[in-house]
Amino acid sequence: MSKKTKKKTTKRKSSKKKWARVDGRKPDELRPLNIESGVIPNADGSAYIEMGRNKIIVGVYGPREMHPKRFSKPNRGVLRCRYHMAPFSVDPRRSPAPSRRDQEISMVITDAIEPALFLERYPRSVIDVYAEIIEADGGTRCASINAAAVALADAGIPMKDLVSSCAAGKYDGKIVLDLGDYEDKKGESDVPVAYLPKIGEVTLLQMEGIMTQEETEKCIELAIEGCKQVYEAQKEALKKKYGMVEEAEEKAEEKEQETGEEETVEEEEEE
Amino acid sequence: MSVKFETRDIVVPGDLLYEGRIRTGENTFRREGNVYSNKVGLVNYSKDRVSVIALEGTYTPLVGDLVVGMVSDIELGQWVVDIGASTDAILTVNDAINKSFRTNFDMTMVLDVGDVVVAKIVDLDRRRTPILSIVGRELGKVHEGFIMKITPSKIPRLIGKKGSMINMILRETRCQITIGQNGRILINGRNRDDEELVVKVIHKIETEAHTSGLTNRIQEYLRKIKEDRK
Repeated sequence: MSKKTKKKTTKRKSSKKKWARVDGRKPDELRPLNIESGVIPNADGSAYIEMGRNKIIVGVYGPREMHPKRFSKPNRGVLRCRYHMAPFSVDPRRSPAPSRRDQEISMVITDAIEPALFLERYPRSVIDVYAEIIEADGGTRCASINAAAVALADAGIPMKDLVSSCAAGKYDGKIVLDLGDYEDKKGESDVPVAYLPKIGEVTLLQMEGIMTQEETEKCIELAIEGCKQVYEAQKEALKKKYGMVEEAEEKAEEKEQETGEEETVEEEEEE
Repeated sequence: MSVKFETRDIVVPGDLLYEGRIRTGENTFRREGNVYSNKVGLVNYSKDRVSVIALEGTYTPLVGDLVVGMVSDIELGQWVVDIGASTDAILTVNDAINKSFRTNFDMTMVLDVGDVVVAKIVDLDRRRTPILSIVGRELGKVHEGFIMKITPSKIPRLIGKKGSMINMILRETRCQITIGQNGRILINGRNRDDEELVVKVIHKIETEAHTSGLTNRIQEYLRKIKEDRK
């Protein structure tokens, strides 16, 4: 008997070592994340995100006059988000018409971002956020929120904080971070979380599948850790747009030894 | 009581700028007694206040601003003008011509939908709708030239200290340039080459607005282009 049990334990140990996620990541590892800001010249603000194989482009317009006017509010602005998957974003091809799922995710994104904005400053107007999914690979709602937050900051819309988002879930009996499409579909559970990293508030919490209470709590904690990693990438994306230019100019400046002009210039109009 | 960044560091929304009591300047807000940034910009600590110079921004109408807008609608006794702010601006007949409005007056004779106007904001009404006026020198309907848009937060940079930047550009390019505080710039030059030069220069200013010593660099840039042309 004892021999048998020993064998079993050794077997388990060896299987534990071999356990790996589909793409070979650690359980608490994000997919490769790349964010770029200011990619659409005609939009007020924009961002492009690659989160694993997700490719999403987000444009922000506004605050601007709302049409139709009856949807505007007299005491505050309105945030309108549109989540849309391109027909070629998934296999097989998907109808471009907005589905029930698209509508729900649009609403979810709106609710996740709204707490970070000062909408009361823009009565009777609207801020439009358009998220277009170019390629989908699980966790598009989280990636859309991440890109939308960067795009809003890029548009110069006052924000209390950026919004970072990341999912955690249960796959093959283990709690894992940032599920891909395969893990999402084969796994037991999925918990997307959106988080205001500096304020420390959760603005989106959904759950799909079955988990125990402890597992759920662990999932949320792990997802928040993921959000904090995403936040660093978002910050970097916003600074990247200016950092490159500034460094080059500073070097040029040292050579010339110019008398630096102050940034706070008087707003005087030429005649 | 502590400073969290150095002056001219780039900050993003939600960054803690100052712990403790201090006056909040532009683009900052207070939460739980501390001061945070609410925009992407360069932080600026002065003696008694902390502020952020926004790198991107939307236009907030202020009384006295010169703006370039487009007439988008005609209502009874007033024109609706799109000035790129969160709400449309209103231009009443009284503020357009020195006469009062009568019902038999044909408003399209003065301004029609699609016309571009240079106007001044004279008031913000109870709902904070900007009220415009085109009575005054250099105000009114625009007949020639073209419009260029840049981020409104970079307009002060384009004008420069006491107009140093814009005066230099005017001198070098000999174009007529009207800068609207709403980020719309009306350019009218003698020939296409001059106008293209202005566009190039304004683009350069927009992308490098956050760097120092810009006026001198722009002047060199302008002269270099002009020499290349010869």
